Amino acid sequence: MPKKVIIVEDEPNIAESLNFILNRAGYEVKWVSDGNDAVFEIQNMQPDVVILDVMLPNRSGLEILRDLRAAPAISKTPVLMLSAKGQTKDLAIAIETGADHYMVKPFSNADVLAKVTELAGT
Amino acid sequence: MISSNVVIVVAISYMALLFGVAALADRQVARGQFGWLKSPLVYTLSLSVYCTGWTFYGAVGSAVRNGLEFAAIYIGPTLLFVGWFWLLRKLVRVGRSQRITSIADLVSSRYGKSNDLAVIVTLLAVISSTPYIALQLQSLTISYTALTGIATSPGQSPVYISFWFAVGLAGFTILFGTRNVDVNERHHGVVTAIAFEAVVKLFALLAVGVFVVYGLADGPADIFSRAPPDILQTDRIFGARWITLNMLSAMAIITLPRMFHVLVVENVDERHLATAAWAFPLYLFLISLFVIPIGIAGLSVLPAGSNPDMFVLTVPLSGGHTGLALVAYLGGLSAATSMVIVSAIALSTMVSNHIVVPIWLRLRENSNKTSGDVRGVLLASRRVSIAVIIGLGFLYFRLTGGSEALASIGLIAFAGLAQIIPPLMAGLFWRGANRNGAAMGMIIGSIIWIYTLFLPSFGGGFLISADTIANGLFGWEALKPRALFGLTGLDPLVHAVFWSLALNILTLIFVSLATTPNELERLQSALFIDAMRKGYDATTPALGRTAASEDLYTLAQRILGTDRAYAFFLKSAAEQGLEKGLPDPSNAFIRDFERELAGSVGSASAHAMVSQIAGGGTVSVDDLMNIADETAQILQYSQQLEAQSKVLEDTAEKLRTANAQLTEIGEQKDLFLSHVSHELRTPMTSIRSFAEILRETPDISHPDAQKFVSIIDTESHRLTRLLDEILDLSFLESGRAEWTLIPVSLGDVIQRARQNVAALDGGDRLKFELPKDLSQVMVTADPDRSSQVLINLFTNVLKYGSADAPTITVTTSRGDSYVHLNVHDDGPGIGADDRARVFEKFTRLASKDLAGSAGLGLPISREIMRNMGGDLQLLSEGPGTTFRATFKTV
Repeated sequence: MPKKVIIVEDEPNIAESLNFILNRAGYEVKWVSDGNDAVFEIQNMQPDVVILDVMLPNRSGLEILRDLRAAPAISKTPVLMLSAKGQTKDLAIAIETGADHYMVKPFSNADVLAKVTELAGT
Repeated sequence: MISSNVVIVVAISYMALLFGVAALADRQVARGQFGWLKSPLVYTLSLSVYCTGWTFYGAVGSAVRNGLEFAAIYIGPTLLFVGWFWLLRKLVRVGRSQRITSIADLVSSRYGKSNDLAVIVTLLAVISSTPYIALQLQSLTISYTALTGIATSPGQSPVYISFWFAVGLAGFTILFGTRNVDVNERHHGVVTAIAFEAVVKLFALLAVGVFVVYGLADGPADIFSRAPPDILQTDRIFGARWITLNMLSAMAIITLPRMFHVLVVENVDERHLATAAWAFPLYLFLISLFVIPIGIAGLSVLPAGSNPDMFVLTVPLSGGHTGLALVAYLGGLSAATSMVIVSAIALSTMVSNHIVVPIWLRLRENSNKTSGDVRGVLLASRRVSIAVIIGLGFLYFRLTGGSEALASIGLIAFAGLAQIIPPLMAGLFWRGANRNGAAMGMIIGSIIWIYTLFLPSFGGGFLISADTIANGLFGWEALKPRALFGLTGLDPLVHAVFWSLALNILTLIFVSLATTPNELERLQSALFIDAMRKGYDATTPALGRTAASEDLYTLAQRILGTDRAYAFFLKSAAEQGLEKGLPDPSNAFIRDFERELAGSVGSASAHAMVSQIAGGGTVSVDDLMNIADETAQILQYSQQLEAQSKVLEDTAEKLRTANAQLTEIGEQKDLFLSHVSHELRTPMTSIRSFAEILRETPDISHPDAQKFVSIIDTESHRLTRLLDEILDLSFLESGRAEWTLIPVSLGDVIQRARQNVAALDGGDRLKFELPKDLSQVMVTADPDRSSQVLINLFTNVLKYGSADAPTITVTTSRGDSYVHLNVHDDGPGIGADDRARVFEKFTRLASKDLAGSAGLGLPISREIMRNMGGDLQLLSEGPGTTFRATFKTV
C-alpha cells in the first residue's frame, strides 16, 4: 500500500511539480489549495506526511499546523513546512508550533523527496 | 630738667588743642563742608598712627642695641604700600562694599557672618593690643620722668604716673570717640586730629635730628664718623629674624586694629590709596631718617648706661635745649596718644559689636521686652570697653614692670595679630576657605602664640612660672615655650611666629577641605573673592542705614521685583489700617514678609536676611542688599538653565518622534522586503522545480515536457512583470518619473485601455457601457500612464469578476477643475473589511486563479493618478465595485 502525502499549497504550479515528483516516487498524492479545507482533508485521508505552505489564502499554514497538533487522530502526523519567506524568525515559529521540518522556496526536488521519504518512514 | 608742672600744663594744653582740632573737623562735617578733610593727604597722615611711641622713642633704642634691625619695621609696610594694587586695594574695596566696621567684622563677614569668628578675632586683638597699649603707657611714663627727672632709673617709674596717664587717655578717648554712635564707624574729627599729630611727631623728630646733625655735629659726615663700629654692622642683622620682622610689620599694617581702622574703615575714597602708596612710605622714610644719627649722638654725648630709648629727649636736654626737648616730648606724646586713642576706639567697636551687643540682645530676647535703647547700650558698652582696654594695658605694664625693652613688647603684639592673616588672605583669595577652618586655625595659632611668646613676656609672673619657661610645661622638653617640639636654636620671636603661623595655616587648609561651608558663607565668599570684578563706584553711599520699613522695602524690591514688592507692602499697610505709606515693621508684618521672601530665595536665606534687618544686627543693610543681588543673579542663572533644559526637552521630543517615524518606516520597509521576497520566490520555485524535473527525468512524456516548459515560461513572465511593477512603483514614489501632461480625451484613453485588455484577454469577454460624449471630455493627463491605470482596473474586473462576461459601466461627473471617471463592475464587490486594504502593496483579495499581479496594480495606479494631480478612490456604494479616477480638466 503506497504512502500518502497531502500537499497544502495555493500555487497550482508548485503543487503540480510536487505532485509529479512524489507520484513518480510511488506516493499517493492529494492537493489541497484552500486553507479552510486543509484540516478536514487531512483528517479524512490520514496521510503519512503533510506538506504545508505557510502563506495561504484565508488561513495561514501555522494556524492549520496548530489545529493538526491539537487533533488527536492526526497530532503525530509528520509535517514538512514550505515557505517563500526566508527568514529565520519564521523558521523558529514553525518549529515551535510543531513542524517536523521546514524548507525554504525555491527548493531542490531531491531535498524534498529525501525529507518526505524520511518523514514517511520508508 | 623741666618742672613737672610745666610739662603737665603743656601736655594738657596740647591735648586740648587736639580736641579743638577734632571738634572743628566734626563741626565742618556736620555742616556738610568736607573740603580738605576728604583729601588723600589727611588719609595718608592718619595712616601714620602706625608710628607710635615705640617708633618715636624705641627706634633709636633699637638702633643702638641691634643696629639696622629697626629698619625692618619700616621696610615691610613700605613694600606693602608700593604693592597696594594687589592686596590693599582689594581689602579697601571689600571693606567699603561690605560696610565693614572692624577687622573682626571683616573676617566674620567673609565666613558667613559668623559671630563666633568675630569673637575670636576680637579677643585676639584685645589680648595682642594689651602689651602694645602698655608700651605706650611705658613710653609716656618714662619720657615724663626723663623730662622732669622725677625717677632716677627706667623701669622703676612711680606707678601713679602711668596710672594718671591711663586715666587721662581713657577719658580723652571716650570724649573723642564716643560722643555719638556712627553706624558707619567713621570719625572725621579723630582722623583729623590724628593727621595733625602725625605732622607734630614728624616735625619733632626731624627737629631733634637736624639739631643733632647740624647743632651737635658738623653735618652728616661728621656724625657718622663718630659711629661705634657695630651700629652699622649688617652681618648679624640680615637673617631669619630680620625677614620675620619685615613680614610681621607688613602684616601689622592690615591686622593692627588701629591700622585697619584708618586704612579701611575710615577710607572715604578708594583712590586715596594711590596717593598713600608713595606718600606713606615717604613719611616712614622721613621719620626714620635721623634714627641712627640720634643714636650715635646719644652714645657720644650721654654718659654710658643711659637709656637709649630716651635719647630723643635726653640728647636735647643734655645740651640745655629745653624748648627742643619739650617739642620732642610733644612728638612722643602725639605718637603714644594717637595710638591709644585709635586702638581703643577700634577695639571698643569690636568688643561692643561682637561681644556686648549680641549678649545684650539675647538677654533682651529672654526678658521679652520689645523696646530698648540700642544707642544707649552701644555708647555705654563702648565707653566701658575703652576703659577696660586701657585698664588692661595698665595692668600689663604693672605686671611686667616695664622690664622688657620697648621694641620687643611691640613685636609680641605684631606676632599675635599675625594670626588673623591666614583667614584674611584665604578669605580674599581662596574660595575653598571656610568658617571651621578659619576658626580652628586662629584658635590653634593663638594658643601657640600665647604659650610661646605672650605668657613668657611676663617673665614667669603671670599664669606660667619661670620654671615652666625654662624647662617646659610639666617639665616636658617638647613643651618648652621657647623650643617647642624640640625646635631649638631660633630667636624666640622667629620660633613663635614659625610655629603659630605654620599650624594656623595648615589647620585652616585641612579643616576647610574636610568640611563644607553653608549657603551664606558661599555667597559671602563669592562677594569677597570676586570683589574686584565689579567696577569701583565712588558714589557708594558712605552712610550706613538703620533698619526700617524702607530697608525692608528695598530688600523686597531686589528679590521680589518692584511690582510684587509694591503690591505686598500696599496690602500689608492696608491690613494695618494705614491709608498710605509703608507698613509698620510689626512682628506680624515681618513674619509675613519673611514668608513672602522665602518663596523666592528659600526660607533659610529669607530668615537670615530679614532677621539681620529686623533684629538690629551688626551687619549693615548694604551687606544684605549684596546678598540679595547675588541671589537675584543666581535665580536669573537658574532660570536660564531652566529655559535651556526646556529647549533640550523639546529637541529630545522631536528626536523621539523622528525615531518613531524612522522605526515605522523601517518596519514598513521590512514588511515590503518580506513581501517582495515572497513574491519573487514563488515563481522561482516553480521554475526551478520543473527545470529539475526536465533535466532529471529522461523518460518524461512529450506532453508533460511541453506542459512543464510552458509553466516555466509563464512563471518567467510573472517574475519579469513583478520586477517591472516593483521598479515602476519605486520609481513613481521617488518622484523622479517624467510626465507628459497634455490635453487628452477620456474617450481616447479608454479606447487604448480596451484594446490592451482585449489583447491580454485573448478575446472579448468584457462588455462596456460608455457615455456617448466621452470623446468630448478633455483632461490634462499623461496618455500612456492614464491608459495603464484603466488597464489595471479592467484587468482586475477580469480577474475578480465572477460573471463569465463581466460588464463594466463607465460614468463621468464634472467639477470646476476636475472630472470624475467612475468605473463600475457587476462583480461580487469587495467586502467591507478589505476596502481599507485595497491600496496597500501586495494585497490580493481573492484566490490567484489568474496568476498575474503581485498586488501592486492598485498602489501603482493611485500613485499615477496623484502624480497627475488627480486621485484614485474606491467608492463604497454596492453592489459591484466602483473605482473613481479623478482627472484634472484642461
